[in-house]
Amino acid sequence: MALTPEQVAHVAALARLELSPDEAALYRAQLSAVLDAASLLDEVDVSGVQPTRGDAPVPPLRPDVERPSLSPEQVLGNAPAKVGTTFSVPKILE
Amino acid sequence: MVLDLTLAEAAGQLGAGATSSTELTRVALQRVEALNGRLNAFLRVDAAGALEAAAQSDARRGRGEARGPLDGVPLGIKDNLLTGGLETTAGSRILQGFVPPVDATAVRKLREAGAVLLGKLNLDEFAMGSSNESSAYGPARNPWDTTRTPGGSSGGSAAAVAARLCFGALGSDTGGSIRQPAALTGTVGLKPTWGRVSRFGLVAYASSLDQVGPMARTVTDCALLLQALAGPDAQDATAADLAVPDYTAALERGAAGLRVGVPAEYFGPGMDPEVEAAVRGALRAYEQLGATLVEVSLPHTKYALATYYLLATAEASSNLARFDGVRFGHRARDVKGLRELYARSRSEGFGPEVKRRIMLGTFALSAGHYDAYYLKAQKVRTLIRRDFEAAFRQVDVVLSPTSPVPAFPLGQQTDPLQSYLLDVFTLPCNLAGLPGLSLPCGFTRARLPVGMQLVGRWWDEAGLLAAARAYERAHDFSRAAPPLEA
Repeated sequence: MALTPEQVAHVAALARLELSPDEAALYRAQLSAVLDAASLLDEVDVSGVQPTRGDAPVPPLRPDVERPSLSPEQVLGNAPAKVGTTFSVPKILE
Repeated sequence: MVLDLTLAEAAGQLGAGATSSTELTRVALQRVEALNGRLNAFLRVDAAGALEAAAQSDARRGRGEARGPLDGVPLGIKDNLLTGGLETTAGSRILQGFVPPVDATAVRKLREAGAVLLGKLNLDEFAMGSSNESSAYGPARNPWDTTRTPGGSSGGSAAAVAARLCFGALGSDTGGSIRQPAALTGTVGLKPTWGRVSRFGLVAYASSLDQVGPMARTVTDCALLLQALAGPDAQDATAADLAVPDYTAALERGAAGLRVGVPAEYFGPGMDPEVEAAVRGALRAYEQLGATLVEVSLPHTKYALATYYLLATAEASSNLARFDGVRFGHRARDVKGLRELYARSRSEGFGPEVKRRIMLGTFALSAGHYDAYYLKAQKVRTLIRRDFEAAFRQVDVVLSPTSPVPAFPLGQQTDPLQSYLLDVFTLPCNLAGLPGLSLPCGFTRARLPVGMQLVGRWWDEAGLLAAARAYERAHDFSRAAPPLEA
């Protein structure tokens, strides 16, 4: 399946990626090739087949008791920008 | 050299008082210092932390309070497992400088067992790759030939174990990332059943496929490591609440009566003839050891690659959405608004392979394409699992090559689709959630290691390890050391 430049731009926007024109062209070709290869699945008859779900045994519930959590200092320890005990982001409302 | 000892032998010498953890740790740190410039296996060495842990181990032992076979043994940790207080990058620029506030459960369990953690090992960025070349910090190199890849994504772990920089290491395996580098470096790597080992603190790539596991020079060493790692975890609801057997109890039971499945679909064209010859030699060896070879069919094998790349990338696109420049990781400067902050931070922080997989996964999950790609792949995945269910009604393990080729030169992989084909024998095991192990079964004429893969029944790591140990006891490649002079 050959992706159009518009589809590549749409997917990049959904993925919150900024692609250079060269990157967009490269990924368009490479993703089209991978999707072509994936079209092999078209020949598989999956009628009546359930999709795989997580198959580990269901875990028992743990007791609902208070436990210590990370301190605000630990949670914010890797924040690139913070104000007091909050993460800082650019203004989203004018 | 004391580092030529296996993990089990080092544990024995510690127990007998023939060496100390401090001695082992010093020698290992010296060897890392001498060789890491050539191997790029370690991204970060924590010499002070390691020596402190070694001193504590020696003190415990002196008081008669040694905790078990891992107490005092120097190990390495793949850098996608969180180490509290020690930088963890997952091989990505976007996590450069990230210092986790907590340990991954697998790391915590090794510390509680008394192990000495030397530092963090190189990997493909976010464990996405099969050659270590997508690491933002340059590839690890294969100790058998430093112009070649150690495999990936746990390439640093494999290179460090093969080069005797440590007695064992943690890896993670989403589509073969423990087993393929083990094969390419002549080491043993075990991907446990999905759910056997907690994934808490593993930087997530594809959560329904990711599993943490041990890498070492022998099957016995992997059994000792798995013993410490396995079991339920309150921090990971998918870590199964099942009893953990004694993995060394039945290790020496041999191969008499073992039924070894040989899947026709894994011995097709495209395989390196020297790899095929070594693996067919291993099949004959199993027969000589009293095992029965049984032809089995896994008819949906040819669909595993497409299934994997749709599912793994879909999960990756979701998991990696957390990297947004707000709570941790790289943040772009001089941005105009929140959306630009997200997009610029991610675009500057992620490398090309990670962007490619996020793009593919986002497409597979996007409106209008979900049913045709993601849902279809989850259904084909069920068929792949059923293939194995049928096979395991006839056999105890399934044997195949681990990788279709031995270690290849760095810089050779340019086409993503071609490089994805390198995982063709290891992916089905992850899709089915099965335990798989790679162990050495020979060398090529150019003296590159060849590995074979054994896949076992769900939750039967004990049987899988015993089957592997039976071969290793008769054909022990663990004494063969790569040509490195420290």
